[in-house]
Amino acid sequence: MISWFNCMMAIIWREGLRFIHQKERFFSALVRPLLWLFVFAAGFRAALGLSITPPYQTYVTYEIYIVPGLCAMIQLFNAMQSSLALVYDREMGAMRLLMTSPFPRWWLLISKLLAGVSVSILQVYAFLAVAALYGIRFPAVGYVAVLPALLVSGLMLGAIGLVLSANIKSLENFAGIMNFVVFPMFFLSTALYPLWKMAESSPLLRDICSWNPFTQATEAIRFGLYGKFSPEAALWLMVYLAVFLALCLIEVRHLRNRTRSEQPAR
Amino acid sequence: MTGRNTPALRVENASKSFGAKRALCDVSLTAAPGEFVAVLGINGAGKSTLFSLLTGLLDCDDGMVEVLGHDITRSRTAALSKLGIVFQEPTLDPDLSVSQNMRYFCALHGISKARSAERIGACLAQLDMVERKDEKVRALNGGHRRRMEIARALVHEPQVLLLDEPTVGLDATTRSAITNHVHQLARDGMCVLWATHLVDEIGYDDTVILLHEGRVVRNGKAAELGGSEGLYALFDTVRKAGAAP
Repeated sequence: MISWFNCMMAIIWREGLRFIHQKERFFSALVRPLLWLFVFAAGFRAALGLSITPPYQTYVTYEIYIVPGLCAMIQLFNAMQSSLALVYDREMGAMRLLMTSPFPRWWLLISKLLAGVSVSILQVYAFLAVAALYGIRFPAVGYVAVLPALLVSGLMLGAIGLVLSANIKSLENFAGIMNFVVFPMFFLSTALYPLWKMAESSPLLRDICSWNPFTQATEAIRFGLYGKFSPEAALWLMVYLAVFLALCLIEVRHLRNRTRSEQPAR
Repeated sequence: MTGRNTPALRVENASKSFGAKRALCDVSLTAAPGEFVAVLGINGAGKSTLFSLLTGLLDCDDGMVEVLGHDITRSRTAALSKLGIVFQEPTLDPDLSVSQNMRYFCALHGISKARSAERIGACLAQLDMVERKDEKVRALNGGHRRRMEIARALVHEPQVLLLDEPTVGLDATTRSAITNHVHQLARDGMCVLWATHLVDEIGYDDTVILLHEGRVVRNGKAAELGGSEGLYALFDTVRKAGAAP
């Protein structure tokens, strides 16, 4: 069992080192949500009125409202970046090293997902630290209570990324993911506007948003940041996690025959 | 499972297709411990597909692959733990140092930290790479990277070593050093399968499997096939004819 744990820790350690070596990745991961916070949210503060909805007990500024969604956005982009790295590893051959490890593939998959989540959690805390310096602070307990929500949402988003990467044949196809997955997931969620606001413009839009896994991730993080627990968000998050992990396992079973499908013979 | 007479490698009637393209057709081979098997073939002969079947990266459409009696599909863990693999494409992380790459590999094979330190030192020493253990892989030249990949493939003490065109792009001196080293490993009792398109890498006592268009067209000791000269002639005939001689 120790060797299984060592294997997992090595995969996490490698992902961490890779992240440290790619400093620009760290900064771009921070710049993106900070732009939303400092530019977009600041501009919308006056235009957008928000009523008091749980977990808030009083009126909050738009900057405060948007932070949980931006935390989830960091995890979403990190998940997509990790899946992009998987496509790259598959094209370059590095994936073969992992695939020829004697450990079961499902264990390697879980380890790989946890590695990506660990990096994304570090990014989220770095973002929350900058937000705190800007004056957006949450109850102290919230910084700890949000951790399980970040872990589960990170795993779920990572699993989505892995399913996508298994179905992408080359790096060039990855650009489509941004248009067809990342942007719709982010905009059709409660990251930027609450559900009741969506319902005002279109009940259908509200329904789509409420079924979006990213909405549940955002809400779980939002409640967590206030030291609260949303059973609804937690339940749906776990359901989505189970579904996407199952899809991942199915994909991994078929992955080995795809690793060389583009190169028939040499 | 692993008896005294169990071959180190056994491939029986293995076939693999990619869509309509037949990459391997009814390939069979066996290799004993201490045997050096050279899989010789031009580009497109099916060497890398065979290599992928042997490493479990691909499943056979028909047939089976066994490593020391363990079926690569059904007993994947047991089979892979006995295999040392050097891929044709580099699989090193260029941003990590030599020893970090080795440690990562050890963890992927479930080797304890204490044992890893011991084995990494021994394998790097075997390949004259100890002085470079703290260098980033990015800073190494092609020859050193290849040596490192071989050292890494030996770190978990495999009984079978698979190498897919390991000398591609290397200068003659490095090629010769690596070929000699791997031949020595076979003399020491390891089963080696070496995929190549270079006849001069094959020794007189090696077993040669000549692969062409996914089929085995000759199988025997290099000496029986006429040594280097005979192999050159045979290989040339296959290359020119584009079909089995």
